[in-house]
Amino acid sequence: MLRVDVEKQLGEFSLSATFESEGRVTGLFGASGSGKTSLVNMIAGLLRPDRGTISIDGDILDDTGKAIHVQPWRRRIGYVFQDARLFPHLNVTQNLDYGRRMNRLAEDAAQRKRVTELLDIGHLLDRRPGKLSGGERQRVALGRALLAKPRLLLLDEPLGALDEGRRAEILPYLVRLRDEARIPMVYVSHDPAELRQLATQIVLLKDGRVTSFGGVKVLSG
Amino acid sequence: MEWIAIRLSLRVASVATLVATPLGIALAWLLARRNFWGKSLLDALIHLPLVLPPVVTGYLLLLTFGRRGLVGGWLADHLGIVFAFRWTGAALACGVMAFPLLVRPMRLSIEAVDQKLEQAAETLGAAPLKVFFTVTLPLALPGVLAGMVLGFAKAIGEFGATITFVSNIPGETQTISSAIYSLIQTPDGDAAALRLVVVSVIIAVAALVGSEWFARRATARLHGN
Repeated sequence: MLRVDVEKQLGEFSLSATFESEGRVTGLFGASGSGKTSLVNMIAGLLRPDRGTISIDGDILDDTGKAIHVQPWRRRIGYVFQDARLFPHLNVTQNLDYGRRMNRLAEDAAQRKRVTELLDIGHLLDRRPGKLSGGERQRVALGRALLAKPRLLLLDEPLGALDEGRRAEILPYLVRLRDEARIPMVYVSHDPAELRQLATQIVLLKDGRVTSFGGVKVLSG
Repeated sequence: MEWIAIRLSLRVASVATLVATPLGIALAWLLARRNFWGKSLLDALIHLPLVLPPVVTGYLLLLTFGRRGLVGGWLADHLGIVFAFRWTGAALACGVMAFPLLVRPMRLSIEAVDQKLEQAAETLGAAPLKVFFTVTLPLALPGVLAGMVLGFAKAIGEFGATITFVSNIPGETQTISSAIYSLIQTPDGDAAALRLVVVSVIIAVAALVGSEWFARRATARLHGN
């Protein structure tokens, strides 16, 4: 279970959010500028809250009261960015292996095979990111995050940079991921249709505040 | 005399470049990625040899690293390293003079590495030092090499600070530049001086072409092709 109770001042913008999520996919919904990315960056540890706590399954990641801030590289939280952020100097195989190498995990051929099949990226392994389409890049980024064996996966508008056709191409992979990978996810989007298909729980964010929380039906309210 | 001077110049410039590179990379990273008190002062200090008269830099080196200098005396007494009137001193002078040119492309190339990639590496479990060696440095590598090439070319041509600090001793501190200087003042030295001039021009042009080539590689690399 993910528990978040944080406050953060970013220039003129103030973010203050409290929620708990138990679902497989927590959809973080809000317009652009509502603080979604800042919130996700705090969960990842890339941004430090001014006040508050963040914990996963009782494991405290941030507690400003006790001056606890676990560094991002120790959190074991995967992050799929809107702009993929594949390492341009490494090919797809090396990108996929990066997290495993950094965490000194043993090679797991079965897991590697499962992920490459799930995301259908087996034929791309020798390519450099510059030679991939936007949709392919995003699938590799998903695979790279999964193969680091995270305990939580953050997806910040992973389809945001793609056109309509590409979105339809990736969405089924995300549904499969939700049903097969068994890693809890926080999925950020400003597209209600996307969240209806994916999320099991919704956190509604507006101007830096959580305005509603519950099942997918809060999207229609 | 010519070959001895060329060989010495190559040795002095190589040692100067190789020793200056790790320090240059560290300072380039510091200037590109960190904000700290005294940052502009450090930046100015690095660039000082570029604007100071070389004879002043050489004299300051003599005062500091000479046999009776504060640092030089200590190094000689405790570690047995002597700079004054030795080729090592020439390497030190060339290294100091070349340093601003060496650091600049390194700093620019590190600045050009997208910090978002470094963040992505952190979320994949890489601590800062690992991020540096697996993401930042490989992506900045063409700029690092370009800095080394420029620094090497500058070190080969250095004259003022070297001759002030370690004089002009054939076989020990007489580099290409000081050899040309001596030859021009010798009645029949013109032909030999001209040959050394050709060698310096070739080295300088090769260095500039080389660093240009590395710069183009850098762009290709950052685009992931």
